[in-house]
Amino acid sequence: MATQNTRTLARLMMAPSVVVLLIWMAVPLAMTLYYSFQNYNLLTPMNVSFAGFFNYQYFYTDPAFFQSIWNTLLLVLGVLAITVIGGTAIALLIDQPIFGQGIVRILVISPFFVMPPVAALIWKNMIMHPGYGVFADIAKFFGLQPIDWFAQYPLFSVIIIVAWQWLPFATLILLTALQSLDSEQREAAEMDGANFFNRFIYLTIPHLSRAVTVVILIQTIFLLGIYAEILVTTNGGPGYASTNLTFLIYRTARLGYDVGGGAAGGIIAVVLANIVAIFLMRAVGKNLDK
Amino acid sequence: MARSVSTGAKIGWSVAAWVVALLIFFPILYAIITSLKTEQEAIAGFSLIPSGTFENYVTVQTQRDYFKPFMNSVILSVGSTILALIIAIPSAWAMAFAPTKRTKDILMWMLSTKMMPSVAVLLPIFIIFRTFGLLDSRVGLTIMLTLINLPIVIWMLYTYFREIPGEILEAARMDGASLWKEIVYVLTPMAVPGIASTLLLNIILAWNEAFWTIQLTTTNAAPLTAFIASFSSPQGLFWAKLSAASTMAIAPILILGWFSQKQLVRGLTFGAVK
Repeated sequence: MATQNTRTLARLMMAPSVVVLLIWMAVPLAMTLYYSFQNYNLLTPMNVSFAGFFNYQYFYTDPAFFQSIWNTLLLVLGVLAITVIGGTAIALLIDQPIFGQGIVRILVISPFFVMPPVAALIWKNMIMHPGYGVFADIAKFFGLQPIDWFAQYPLFSVIIIVAWQWLPFATLILLTALQSLDSEQREAAEMDGANFFNRFIYLTIPHLSRAVTVVILIQTIFLLGIYAEILVTTNGGPGYASTNLTFLIYRTARLGYDVGGGAAGGIIAVVLANIVAIFLMRAVGKNLDK
Repeated sequence: MARSVSTGAKIGWSVAAWVVALLIFFPILYAIITSLKTEQEAIAGFSLIPSGTFENYVTVQTQRDYFKPFMNSVILSVGSTILALIIAIPSAWAMAFAPTKRTKDILMWMLSTKMMPSVAVLLPIFIIFRTFGLLDSRVGLTIMLTLINLPIVIWMLYTYFREIPGEILEAARMDGASLWKEIVYVLTPMAVPGIASTLLLNIILAWNEAFWTIQLTTTNAAPLTAFIASFSSPQGLFWAKLSAASTMAIAPILILGWFSQKQLVRGLTFGAVK
């Protein structure tokens, strides 16, 4: 059906987006790669020189580097665990016959639409504040010592906030997948005498596995880049206790004015993100073939 | 066929679901309630009943010029979304209706640009923006938000356009419709819902974007994300006022979001879950 003419037209129609994305992907990344091999500090912009692998070595030997990698892992895995398990449970709950399902759904997905600085500040000031927060009020009610969340458990506190933001996403996607589960299949299983537990293991879980994969992969992409939540709550501290890789690179680059070091960290972050991306692309690509 | 369920079970499930839903919604609700309290009430211990003052909303405007970052958020999110749509619509259209062997590769490549961690290109972008005087400018930030959301826009549009049946085009052609008529009378009406959904979801994403908007602005072009983040140590602006500013910052998007649940799933999973 496609004639030479339509093919040319199609190419012309695609050109702007391809060119824009090509520039967006290639130019800054090439610059980052170039800077990563330079001694370049924004405070002394006149003294730029070739650094070899010094920036990588510097970043790699910085004790904060391994802590930030570890924190990144804990943050991603912690949030994934809470959102996938919690999301599955809540999706199953909402999928039951309940009164006001529409409103329940709206309430549950709302946190996803709250911008990160607002979400983090609400939790920091009104929920987890050691003096005036709701958690402190509850602790006092039971005669317990309120916990200073961000001082004692900084990373865990960030995990809680981020998990609250992403729980709706997991729930919504798993609920969508649940509702596409063929009701005839479900009824057939019921008629065959499968109890709730068996139906869950042999019918629901296999059906959800694809949606769970998608949730894990997409959330990971976003979770690797968590920034604003840390900035407004702990600012990465105390020490480096809640600094993830994104925040460490931001610190090196913007607060330390170290272009070379920041760039080397950036390249490391790209490599890590690519490992995740390969899996995601496979999952999405498979769907495209159908 | 609906499953028959006893009323007792339904009440049980309902209570459980409502408790969970209210717990999840609680932080938002509490921020709204706190915004209606006085500053003394806000730190006076747990209470769900505010004195009902709207003073905080007024103060936020008079003391902090709330309207400015709000308008910046509107301009940036709507502007960048429209710009992205202008670039994306022809592209998605071409890939959906005149696919070639390479279409899939191009789509995957576009998606891969979304995987690049923003922080990795922070310095180059910062230096480029500084060189061209784009720091703290609405133009610069609009371009930035367009770039980061463009892959999602193209993907969403593509998944919608692909569902428009090709036969309908052939039928129109058989009836002697010209290419122009085909586009205006047949395709556009079928494409509008998909474009509207894409528009909605992208305004939400752009509105809530909190890395570049904080990194690339100071005061002039700062949208609500940067404005609110600047109160991380609340000197001069206390909780009730911060809650009022926060409530106003999330309310419009919360309402838009409620209308876009389905599109959200589709857009953010790149069509993998529908």
